[in-house]
Amino acid sequence: MQNIWTIARREYRHYFNSPIAYIVALLILLTLGIIFIINMLQAVTNSLYYQAPPPDTRIVVSPLAFLFVLATPAITMRLISDEQRMGTMELLLTAPVREWELVIGKWFGAFLFILSIIGITLIYPLIMHYVLIKPGIDQGVMISGYIGVILVAAAFLSIGTAMSAFFQNQFAAFFATLVILVFFWWMVGWPANILPVGADFFRYLDMSDHFYNTMSMGTIALSDLVYYLSLTGLGLFLGSVAVEIRRWK
Amino acid sequence: MIRVNNLTKDYGSRRAIENLTFEASQGEVVGFLGPNGAGKTTTMRILTGYMPPTYGSATIAGFDVVDESLEVRKRVGYLPETVPLYPDMTVFEYLKFMADLRHIPDGDEIVDAALEMVHLEKRSEGYISNLSKGMRQRVGLAQALLHKPEVLILDEPTIGLDPAQVVELRNVIRDIGKERTVLLSTHILSEAQQLCDRVLIINKGRIVAEDTPENLQARLVGAERATLRVRGDSEELEAKIAGIKGIQAVKSKPDGSLEFQFAPGFDVRPDVAKFVVKSGYDLLELSPVGLSLEEIFLELTRDEKGR
Repeated sequence: MQNIWTIARREYRHYFNSPIAYIVALLILLTLGIIFIINMLQAVTNSLYYQAPPPDTRIVVSPLAFLFVLATPAITMRLISDEQRMGTMELLLTAPVREWELVIGKWFGAFLFILSIIGITLIYPLIMHYVLIKPGIDQGVMISGYIGVILVAAAFLSIGTAMSAFFQNQFAAFFATLVILVFFWWMVGWPANILPVGADFFRYLDMSDHFYNTMSMGTIALSDLVYYLSLTGLGLFLGSVAVEIRRWK
Repeated sequence: MIRVNNLTKDYGSRRAIENLTFEASQGEVVGFLGPNGAGKTTTMRILTGYMPPTYGSATIAGFDVVDESLEVRKRVGYLPETVPLYPDMTVFEYLKFMADLRHIPDGDEIVDAALEMVHLEKRSEGYISNLSKGMRQRVGLAQALLHKPEVLILDEPTIGLDPAQVVELRNVIRDIGKERTVLLSTHILSEAQQLCDRVLIINKGRIVAEDTPENLQARLVGAERATLRVRGDSEELEAKIAGIKGIQAVKSKPDGSLEFQFAPGFDVRPDVAKFVVKSGYDLLELSPVGLSLEEIFLELTRDEKGR
């Protein structure tokens, strides 16, 4: 446990020395802000003319989850591949550190970084609650939405970490992560709309289905928690295997 | 302390090391000498648990490097050939990070002590990216020393250092070697000669010789040699000296001196000195010529090629 924390802390600090991390954070927050403003303006119009209900936190967490599809590869690409490039892998693997401690530590460092970004985005629900919407937003929806986004981020990052362990080249890791995330977030669900049978199977694989249709709307289902947590575990396991394989190569 | 038994490592179809067997005990500095690509780094990487051997086994302090890798890694300090550093950290942060990974209590004090040992205490707040090659090498060494390892494995520790730093680093290594086991690799022969209690010469993955530097030298010298220098022209002298009993060969060197060879145990130098003085020459120098490790090395690796 101590090793995981030591590695995670170093990784977390590293993000604050890295331009890519700042660019990613800035782009996420900027895009989210623009989407937020557009949504709020639209909500004002809607409530004036149609007396529509005020928006909830879906206008924050839904685009946030989408932005993570694009941000995760940039955040995780160098996690492990860079150690290999700099030769520091030799240092870590000859220190009394197990492969899985290394991989989980790396992932956790990235996770803390994403949590910091998620923490900053809480400003939007706060503005909605205290300033824009009377008498305030549905806090249950907000909490479940944020739990959802955190779980999505954890799973995304574990996939990115595994790819960074598989590929020595960080750009290869970037594209592999992006392809996997795009596939499982958008494309894997498509057959569900066409196929007469087996639609449930594809819907289950679809990562976005476990978020958009449940947690972002305020429903926390055990099956969704299990889905994201097992995905995270799988990513970390594969990452550890990749590091182990590298040792034997 | 280190026990290596029939160690073999293949990279695909290429055999990097073949049936290496050697031992190193406590308080011994063992030098691993060989040309580039001889298998020094491979052997060290196996001993430090970075990668497993294809065949054979190795133990450090009684722990198997594959099956009890974590125990081995706790006891070994390792300086790889390319010093593994994080340029975005300060020297202190980096060493503290390594101390934390090794669960060293009172990390701050230990780091300060290690910095003092390699004379870097003034640079502890500086970023590693701003350090010179020699300083980086010393940070790497400090990292290897942090946990006071029983076994220290250093891959080409003096490479890239300036002469003053080399002398300094050698002193540090010699001090450490008094109590602990040091295995260091080098292709600088004089370094092995100065630092090591024992030298293993490795070529193409095999040990071709193993002994103390002195014995290696003695073992390979079939004959003793000496240099003679006199004032003035030595050309005539060459033929005359060849006539002295016990001398096997004489040849003149480009710098005007003569080098003669005689059988070991039959020291003809007093006779030569008497003869030179009697013949009316001014004797300037008469000194033995040792075979350097350099020559031994070439000798041994040449044999290897012929096989």
